[in-house]
Amino acid sequence: MPNEPHTDGNDKKVRRLDIATHWQLMWWRFRKHRMAMTGAAVLGIFLIISLFAEFIAPYDTHTRNTRYLQGAPMGIHFFDNNWNFHIWPFIYGRVNKRDPVTYRLKAVVNTSIKIPLRFFTRGETYKFWGLFEADRHLFGVDKGFVNLFGTDQLGRDVFSRLMYATRISLSVGAIGVFLAFTVGIFMGGIAGYFGGIADELIMRLMEFIRSIPTLPLWLALAAALPRDWSALKVYLAVTAILASIGWTHLGRRVRSKLLSLREEDFILSARLAGCSDARIIGRHMLPSFMSYLIVDLSVSFPYIILAETSLSFLGLGLREPIVSWGVLLYSAQNIRTLAEIPWLLISGLFVIIAVLAFNFMGDGLRDAADPFAK
Amino acid sequence: MLNLVTRRIVATVVTLLLISIVAFILIQLPPGDFVDAYAGKKTQGGVIITQEELDVMRARLGLDQPFFYQYLRWIGGVVRGDLGFSWEYHRPVADVIAERLPLTLILAFSTLLFTYLVAVPLGIYSAVRQYSVGDHAATVLGYIGLATPNFLFALILMYLGQKWFGMSVGGLFSPEFEDAAWTWARFGDLLMHLWIPVIVLGTAGTAFQMRTMRATLLDELNKMYVTAARAGGVPEFRMLLKYPVRMALNPIVATLGWELTNIISGAPIVGIVLSLPDTGPLFINALLNQDMYLSGAMILIYCTLVIIGTFISDILLMILDPRIRLEGRS
Repeated sequence: MPNEPHTDGNDKKVRRLDIATHWQLMWWRFRKHRMAMTGAAVLGIFLIISLFAEFIAPYDTHTRNTRYLQGAPMGIHFFDNNWNFHIWPFIYGRVNKRDPVTYRLKAVVNTSIKIPLRFFTRGETYKFWGLFEADRHLFGVDKGFVNLFGTDQLGRDVFSRLMYATRISLSVGAIGVFLAFTVGIFMGGIAGYFGGIADELIMRLMEFIRSIPTLPLWLALAAALPRDWSALKVYLAVTAILASIGWTHLGRRVRSKLLSLREEDFILSARLAGCSDARIIGRHMLPSFMSYLIVDLSVSFPYIILAETSLSFLGLGLREPIVSWGVLLYSAQNIRTLAEIPWLLISGLFVIIAVLAFNFMGDGLRDAADPFAK
Repeated sequence: MLNLVTRRIVATVVTLLLISIVAFILIQLPPGDFVDAYAGKKTQGGVIITQEELDVMRARLGLDQPFFYQYLRWIGGVVRGDLGFSWEYHRPVADVIAERLPLTLILAFSTLLFTYLVAVPLGIYSAVRQYSVGDHAATVLGYIGLATPNFLFALILMYLGQKWFGMSVGGLFSPEFEDAAWTWARFGDLLMHLWIPVIVLGTAGTAFQMRTMRATLLDELNKMYVTAARAGGVPEFRMLLKYPVRMALNPIVATLGWELTNIISGAPIVGIVLSLPDTGPLFINALLNQDMYLSGAMILIYCTLVIIGTFISDILLMILDPRIRLEGRS
């Protein structure tokens, strides 16, 4: 591919390399990074989940399976206990029985009841993207409930809640990164392009923000949010709080790049041609280091996700009825719950996988950002 | 060198002053004040409180004064060592914090020690034996360590401890030492419990420093002076420690202050999950109950620790790297 020697038989490919755009070169390089591609694929799945959460989740976040409180995850079976193969996957039914010692109601697997899993089935109605009503779900059962990842204390389906939480957590990350990006480019742009006092002031401000330990600051800010705010308002405020610190990293990067670019010939000629400052920054300077900014974006994403998770876990971030990964973990806070309902930790697994995927993709992007380097 | 140090000290003092203002703004931010929170709690308990009583209380606590006046009064006290009064605990803030701060400090510095003691040798090993099984294992562990949030790690450890060993891993002392005076036995008991929060807090930092150490050392190993030293017949191990490792330590030392920031940042949440008797739970409860002088003092202390850490790492770097030291002379 890109680096092949110039031979007659391969002429076409070499020419392709010569005329390839910058982004094409980056893509070729990125494609070779196997871990990064894996990371990107995983993030693709997360994206699909958050786009179609209503459809993938069999239930709403607050539907309760009152006959199956703190229920263990239900396994999907192809073989029954006599090793007979069923082409259609099924789950075993549950029967509530009283524990002879503690007298608590306990769900017991009854292998004689087989409930087949249905795909693209009708279930609860929901508003897809809050726009149109639908009742098709990816999977479900005709009668009773299917709880792939078990249920929580109130009998709510952990799998469904996790799907919705994925949407919320990723959107907090996306909006937070977007805000940080905008502020970072703006502040870094001013500092790097104009220099002088503006540069000095903004640099001091960034240094100051970075010298404050982040989590205590976030905690203090989040604790300052009024308790009577609606969940949506809190969601937006928390996102803004997270972005308020994240921008310094991007701002620094933009500034240092702009400072070095300012002396380049093509900037001088743009200025001589009468371009305005905003046009020079936006049209000529930013595109020339956009690829580096994208790397920084993918690196700062997991930080925001982790921060949101931590805040919500402490009960200072998002809260019900909005569910995020952190909100789900909030209910797994003490050791007693944890010992009884360990499957609540599955949302923690999602957090780790998402952050890993972002880190891997970031590594690949960093290599690809400079496609001319060896 | 002296010039540089003085400049750094001045900058540090200015930063501290700014931080004290920010801390005070932060604790003033929540709508309503302690009197409101207090009244709410009392009314829930069925006690009737009149507006006059609240006003009297406000006046007594100085909450009816303008913002700047309150700040000056507070910072004036702080400078003289008086951190204010904790309304929640009905005791001076300084006393409340003094009880728990030593544990936070012990935890922070043990974590720092753990981070470097593990990260530097592992990083050197990974770089020298690049692409070996050990290197790959360290890399995988490093990635996972970086991706796991502290509190989740603590939760998982707690779950595993409960499930496999049937023991609770929370707290810093066994029940019999909980309120005992400081003795060697109590100290030993502390060490027995300390390693769990240290590992929880330190893993992410260790992973990060290990990656840095590996990357910089790999860069250094390819340089000419290494070849020259080898050609000169310096034993491999001595050569390694004397030249490239010393160079590769620079970025590690430079990020020491930053590492301390991360540890201090992560400490409160780990303290809560593992129910440690340190300042973490104190801080969060103060924030939730709007016990403003207590939370303000905590923010101030956390920031001060971080700034001192940065300061120390700057000085260390000057000692370690002559290039930085000499720059200041011009």
